[in-house]
Amino acid sequence: MDKSKLIQRSEWAWEIPRAGRMEVPGILFASDPLIEEMDDKVLEQLSNVASLPGIVQAACAMPDAHWGYGFPIGGVAAFDPHRGGVISAGGVGFDISCGVRTLLTPFLKDDVEAFREKLADALFYHIPAGVGSTGRLNLDKREMTAMLKGGARWAVARGYGLREDLDVIENNGCCQDAEPDEVSEQARRRQKEEMGTLGSGNHYLEVQAVAEIFNKPIAKIYGLEPGGVVVSIHCGSRGLGHQVATEFSRRMVIEAPQYGIRVKDRELASVPAHSPPGNAYYGAMRAAANCALANRQLLAHFVREVFKTVLDDGQLPLLYDVSHNLCSLEEHEVEGKRKRLFVHRKGATRALGPNHPDIPEVYKSAGQPVLVGGTMGTESYILAGTEEGGRLAFSSACHGAGRSQSRSQALKQYRGEDVVEKLRLRNITIKTRSYRGVAEEAPGAYKDVSEVVRVTAGAGLARLVARLEPMICVKG
Amino acid sequence: MKTGWEHFEHQADIGIRGYGRTMSEAFEQAAMALTAVITPPGGVATHDAVVVRCEAPDRELLLADWLNAVLCEMSALHMFFSGFEVAIEGNKLTATLRGEPVNQHHHQPAVEVKGASYHHLKVAEDEAGGWMAQCVVDV
Repeated sequence: MDKSKLIQRSEWAWEIPRAGRMEVPGILFASDPLIEEMDDKVLEQLSNVASLPGIVQAACAMPDAHWGYGFPIGGVAAFDPHRGGVISAGGVGFDISCGVRTLLTPFLKDDVEAFREKLADALFYHIPAGVGSTGRLNLDKREMTAMLKGGARWAVARGYGLREDLDVIENNGCCQDAEPDEVSEQARRRQKEEMGTLGSGNHYLEVQAVAEIFNKPIAKIYGLEPGGVVVSIHCGSRGLGHQVATEFSRRMVIEAPQYGIRVKDRELASVPAHSPPGNAYYGAMRAAANCALANRQLLAHFVREVFKTVLDDGQLPLLYDVSHNLCSLEEHEVEGKRKRLFVHRKGATRALGPNHPDIPEVYKSAGQPVLVGGTMGTESYILAGTEEGGRLAFSSACHGAGRSQSRSQALKQYRGEDVVEKLRLRNITIKTRSYRGVAEEAPGAYKDVSEVVRVTAGAGLARLVARLEPMICVKG
Repeated sequence: MKTGWEHFEHQADIGIRGYGRTMSEAFEQAAMALTAVITPPGGVATHDAVVVRCEAPDRELLLADWLNAVLCEMSALHMFFSGFEVAIEGNKLTATLRGEPVNQHHHQPAVEVKGASYHHLKVAEDEAGGWMAQCVVDV
């Protein structure tokens, strides 16, 4: 990125000054190396976001920001509906409520090592993954509506998981403001056979070991111990969410001019949050989020079944479940006043600080767990939300590493079979239905997630808690 | 005037582009490029047929709608398509998709396409009278 267009405000924060049609400045949270590496399109996209009606404080970019559709990936922006604030499908993304869920296990790394291949095979066999996979559930119209209304609560009520799981999921496992009636027949048609499937691409299910603890008191509260085994699931709202995003992106492109909103980039099409299309999108998006929550609840249940079969113990308590593509109506302090804002996080994770009323009682003193995925060959991290993050970026943090190479570049450089073999030699077992998919997702095709989380912590957005290393990765 | 398809670079996702002697042909080739993101079209038999219809206020949105309609059928029916017959009249498109059910072992699908974006969305006629249709798809 061309740094001459930025003002460095601190070691970790760079400002795009207000200019032209920008209502607020842009703030990029990054180190010098990350800023150098960031593409110039992020600067352009953040400036465009900062020009949208009703935006408050600043348009923010997390340390893993890269260019996306309309909003940059790693973009955070909040809009005040009482100032004509907008809602934008591009500010959430195609995979509504894509996120991460991490389960604790009673096992240490050595306990699992003896069963590694058997566990890997069982997870690969029992977790539907990849394009064309179908789930065990086939929802009729009534159940589909119930799922869209109830989210993870719906799944628990059907026998998938435990009542106490809901206490440690964002929104207690259910977006109450979901409007299933705003979800089209086409979206429901796409989801009918996809409940409880992992998806493909950069979606995964990983068995990980806690390799390093950075903050012992918070790690203890979260139930993390050195060498402890956890399981992380990365996936989203599947075909239903993609269809909702597609349909409403189109609707916003067509209807935005009626509200006097004209944008340079069609992907940034937005409508007033409290307009008929705005209300419809919000309701449909929250229903799609419930679909993601239900989906991850089902997958967690299947993981528990596998552990029970292979290791004779399926008691895997849920640590937490986060979304990193979502728009939520939240209360934040802006210019000394408490305001309810539509906070868009696209490739960014909510990171509430200690004592926030919306985090589980058990985590109140620690702050909200923030689950940050790495690649199949690198670390993942667990962080904790901070109070300072609330002032800096509406309680938001990074979500992952971001790509450093395009898919075609990765295909030219890597061969899937070689990647799998090299990781096997490092004691990481990869299970996949597509070697081409593995090549595209090669660890070398991604940025350094360690630098991303180091900067996230340095900037005060979240606190480092633990580093996880992969043992088994089931690729979507 | 060439007929064919290709992919182009995009950092996190993939660009698809179709060329044809007519706009309809360019749309068909863009759909072929879409299939090729996931699996080689040559490996997809054309046993089964599905009809789709779209209508959009301009030809760029029509291209996006067309590709998203193909994706919707792929996803809902668990099928891949390698045969496309597109007819465009004004703002309306009618098409027959030909393909077969997904077989993970045979097709080895690499990624799932979530949607056709409006990024680099373009439908254009060149000086020689040939057509090009492109966009970036989210994977």
